[in-house]
Amino acid sequence: MTAGAARQREDVSAATQRRMVHPLLSVRGLEKRYGTRIGCSGIGFDLWPGEVLGIVGESGSGKSTLLACLAGHLRPDGGQVIFDTRDGPRDVLGLTEAERRRLMRTDWAFVHQNPRDGLRMGVSAGGNVGERLMAVGARHYGSIRGQALDWLARVEIAPDRIDDRPGAFSGGMQQRLQIARNLVTGPRLVFMDEPTGGLDVSVQARLLDLLRGLVRQMGLSAVIVTHDLAVVRLLADRLMVMQGGRVVEQGLTDQVLDDPQHGYTQLLVSSVLQV
Amino acid sequence: MTKDVYNFAYLDEDTKRMIRRAILKAVAIPGYQVPFASREMPMPYGWGTGGVQVTAACLVPEDRLKVIDQGADDTTNAVSIRRFFQRTSGVATTERTTEATVIQTRHRIPEEPLSEEQILVFQVPIPEPLRFLEPRETETRRMHELEDYGLMHVKLYEDIARHGTIATSYAYPVKVEGRYVMDPSPIPKFDNPKLSGNPALLLFGAGREQRIYAVPPYSDVVSLDFEDHPFVASKTDHACAICGATGSYLDEVITDDLGGRVFVCSDTDYCRGRTEQEIGAVEAAE
Repeated sequence: MTAGAARQREDVSAATQRRMVHPLLSVRGLEKRYGTRIGCSGIGFDLWPGEVLGIVGESGSGKSTLLACLAGHLRPDGGQVIFDTRDGPRDVLGLTEAERRRLMRTDWAFVHQNPRDGLRMGVSAGGNVGERLMAVGARHYGSIRGQALDWLARVEIAPDRIDDRPGAFSGGMQQRLQIARNLVTGPRLVFMDEPTGGLDVSVQARLLDLLRGLVRQMGLSAVIVTHDLAVVRLLADRLMVMQGGRVVEQGLTDQVLDDPQHGYTQLLVSSVLQV
Repeated sequence: MTKDVYNFAYLDEDTKRMIRRAILKAVAIPGYQVPFASREMPMPYGWGTGGVQVTAACLVPEDRLKVIDQGADDTTNAVSIRRFFQRTSGVATTERTTEATVIQTRHRIPEEPLSEEQILVFQVPIPEPLRFLEPRETETRRMHELEDYGLMHVKLYEDIARHGTIATSYAYPVKVEGRYVMDPSPIPKFDNPKLSGNPALLLFGAGREQRIYAVPPYSDVVSLDFEDHPFVASKTDHACAICGATGSYLDEVITDDLGGRVFVCSDTDYCRGRTEQEIGAVEAAE
């Protein structure tokens, strides 16, 4: 082996090591209060590259508040959210609005529960997918359209629907379009708020299949908020169970679901309807 | 009524001072929409209340005013505004572009090149270029603040996707001095290139929306486009039926109900100037 190749190999392993030492997202003591009520409190976790974290809990347990705080939609009252940006780890809460917006459309993605919140309903499917590209400076119509077509194919939307508005799509298609729109700039971290909520079971299954494929294929990290335990069983590597704004249990998904320790988790797991 | 009944140019001096301050700020930040306390004017919104207030604030007794509506000096809007200022300020008026010191315009830039001594005042219905894409004012302001203009290209993208080419033919969005995206008022995109590097001061007034913005002389104004679909300053591919001009913006005039139509210069002063020159040349030859 030549010296150059050896050095190259060292560089590569150093880069991998660096990536392995730094969690992608590191949350410490996150707290959000609504007056005297607790939104969420004392939240801390590390999300590693390529890892999918599920957050479950009953409604009102603070999971959506937590997600909104992480994604910068809400301003938390305390704590740190450190993201491993391309220029090194930064506290997201200290970013300027311009930096935060840039992050939101390059390295981050947010999939809303209701696709109408995440899509521009007055703009064609192609325009919806292309918006993030244009926002980061793409100015070549042909290549924007090419990428839009590519992404529509990846989320299984027929290419001849590219000029249709999302209003002409079914609920499942709208959700897939929203996913395409979010993933087109190659984000590293995706926030999902009940991505399968409001869809019927067969469409849910297809969407989950698609999501799982995309997450694995692109090596994405994701934070998924849901109340559906089947969704986290399928997608998440790790699970956080929330109750009353606090994390009551966390661990590997299968471990938490198969051997729940906390009383609330036991209740949650035993409440799943069996067909 | 005489001019003694009104203060010079209708508005009171405090209002004019307020508008002049807004204009100064607008000139200092090219393309930025400066809010101002628009007054009720004795004409309906949509008839140029913004432009009239800006003109009133700019006028001095020595000025010579020209008013055009879609390029024409003799249309209702132009005639009524011109008479308004004749009665309230007594300034001289003209129909010649070259003689005017202040020109108020609705939806055109005169064909004749402007000079450093001139001010061109535009009437603007909706000053916010992002409005039809983003209805929230708080959000559009923030987008301007952060230079977050990707959405403007989404509109152009939609145009190409639907029509095969950028079909926006008027109120074509521009970027001023590499910073603010601006709606140049509903001028045809044929006029867009005249915004850039123009020696005259270009002022824009929106009365109902209470905004004033400006393009200072010799500013760099770029029409937004795609690399593979560049901006084209298009016009009808005809010559003027009266003066034969091929390089001026044309209006289509329906002449009968059998499909007959002619194209004539939209800038009436330019057209008349060319016709007179021609007659002069013919007479000189005789």
